[in-house]
Amino acid sequence: MDFRLNDEHRMVQQMVREFAEREVRPVIQEHDRAQKPIPWLFERMAALGLLGICIPVKYGGAGMDYISLGLACEELERVDSSLRVVMSVHVALNSLSLLQWGTEEQKQRYLVPQARGEKIAAYALTEPGAGSDAAAIRTTARRQGDVYLLNGEKTWISLADLADHFLVIAKTDPEKGHRGMSAFIVERTFPGVKTGTIHGKLGVRAGNTGWIVFENTPVPAENRLGEEGEGFYIAMAALDNGRYTVAAGATGLIRACLEASVQYANQRTTFGKRIGEHQLVQEMIAKMAANYEIARLLYLRAGWMKNMGLRNTRETSLAKWFATEAAVQAALDAIQIHGAYGYSDEYDVERYLRNAKGEVIYEGTSQIHTLIQAEYALGYRRDRPLRCELPAYDPEVWRAEPAPA
Amino acid sequence: MNIVVLVKQTPDTAANLTVDASGRVSWGDAPLIVNPWDEFAIEESLRLKEKFGGKVAAITMGPESAKEALKQAVAMGCDEAILLHDPAFEGSDAVVTATILAAAVRKLGAVDLVFMGKESVDGNSAQVPPALARRLGWPLLAYVGKIREVDPAGRSIVVERILEEGRQVVRAPLPAVLSAMQMNEPRYPSFMGIRKAARMAIPIWTAADLGLAPDQVGAAASAARWPAIFAPPKPEVRCEFIQGESPEEIARILVDRLLAEKVL
Repeated sequence: MDFRLNDEHRMVQQMVREFAEREVRPVIQEHDRAQKPIPWLFERMAALGLLGICIPVKYGGAGMDYISLGLACEELERVDSSLRVVMSVHVALNSLSLLQWGTEEQKQRYLVPQARGEKIAAYALTEPGAGSDAAAIRTTARRQGDVYLLNGEKTWISLADLADHFLVIAKTDPEKGHRGMSAFIVERTFPGVKTGTIHGKLGVRAGNTGWIVFENTPVPAENRLGEEGEGFYIAMAALDNGRYTVAAGATGLIRACLEASVQYANQRTTFGKRIGEHQLVQEMIAKMAANYEIARLLYLRAGWMKNMGLRNTRETSLAKWFATEAAVQAALDAIQIHGAYGYSDEYDVERYLRNAKGEVIYEGTSQIHTLIQAEYALGYRRDRPLRCELPAYDPEVWRAEPAPA
Repeated sequence: MNIVVLVKQTPDTAANLTVDASGRVSWGDAPLIVNPWDEFAIEESLRLKEKFGGKVAAITMGPESAKEALKQAVAMGCDEAILLHDPAFEGSDAVVTATILAAAVRKLGAVDLVFMGKESVDGNSAQVPPALARRLGWPLLAYVGKIREVDPAGRSIVVERILEEGRQVVRAPLPAVLSAMQMNEPRYPSFMGIRKAARMAIPIWTAADLGLAPDQVGAAASAARWPAIFAPPKPEVRCEFIQGESPEEIARILVDRLLAEKVL
């Protein structure tokens, strides 16, 4: 067993850290306050290859492994959650689903431009009446000749206003419950697609979140991802990847809280000594330090399992649950350590708290993850093999250049 | 064009340096980085390669762990990397360091340009570029802020040097030794570069490989001695608020105070 990161991982970590520190840190507070996404963000992330980080080179990606994806998410969210959200929806939930389930044609048509960052992708499962209970969605896709007609509304969709492609989960056979769901690749330019922004979110205010309405949107049959009736499994498999990025990101948020707290605790003095020398402050710092290490090991294990091609639903859920809960606690404690200053947006820690709170809600609430973990432990839940598993990381395959046309 | 870029691994500029009683300098567990001045040289070298073709080789002299800095250079786009490492190099001063670097440049052969930062952020002596140019017998273009033109066929280069008094435009024949000021925005390593760097086996050249005898390198060959190393005394800071009835009066008091302190 080797707990060290290899050269490649360390260089990825450093590169992403520098990018986030140098380019995003100086402007993030202003964008967060204004609730405006950073306009050049996708372009820069694309130029660095981040938008296709773990996608094989032959599909336009950078050919790195799943651990690199996690490390990048940790570094990005150390600066702001909105950066990691891009990785979660564009790379993990959407692009990796295409890699896992897509036909070669779908990969060429959609995955390649997404991995290159020429097109931005989002994931549309949640609806006004269906969040944790994903099988309760009402969006329908009715087959009519060569197309499916899509009708319904999705909400709380990250990048709703900015994405070019959506992975949409809809009911093709509403009678059949979760077995009657299918997944579709929908382009923004298809007729009857409308999107709008959700304002007034507690956190991730520099990130775009919105709703999508489909009104008789014709989706070509060749844009169905996977088989008819496979949508629920595709949606859940996507979450295995999305949750991994959330876990890694939340780990970065804990680190951000720890770093800010350590710095402040070494500067601020009360009762004639640095506040870091007060034991009750030390307790909060110690918990952050421990939780950071635990969260990091949990997500890296999940990433390693992905590399090996092992099913990781249980491990990823645990990593996500633990890291996000710990992130909320770390942010609360970081504010406490900063005292009244922490309560103001002059310091970053209040933003960390607002961002952390979303993470115990999206991609499976903490309650859902509690149930998942209990069900695994009690033997009530077992993973069944999927028709298409996420491919194990093979450096030779990932780095092979595309065959000349 | 074949370019050699010299890089040095230094403590992070944000590191908290301490000097103990025996004169040992420590930066705690702060990370080691590529000397930021050298990053400008790397970036400029890569731009020249992109424009004129050729290769960029990164060379560093240091411990085995300095391979990290070379990998960073390769991840940014350098084609080759060589570590100059030999226990005998220990204690080399700037001039001896230049001797070793010059031997490496000669061993590579067919080099058009040697580029490095104007100085390292740890030693800050800025002696290596001139010493190296002297050792190689090439022109030195130090403190370069801009490359105006390069004519690889006509074997010449025109640069702007940044001097305290202003900018100086200098033409020199190639090959030449250049030291870089803050002249560009260094790129991030690319994923392709990272993959290449991670797999690259970096050769190590020793004194013997460079054709240098033990008495030509290291502390024994060095003229510079370090009789004492100590942290500079912390400047004493006093803060004084100047008050007055009007801005004019405040300005007058301020000028008087500055004159009294011999600032003006």
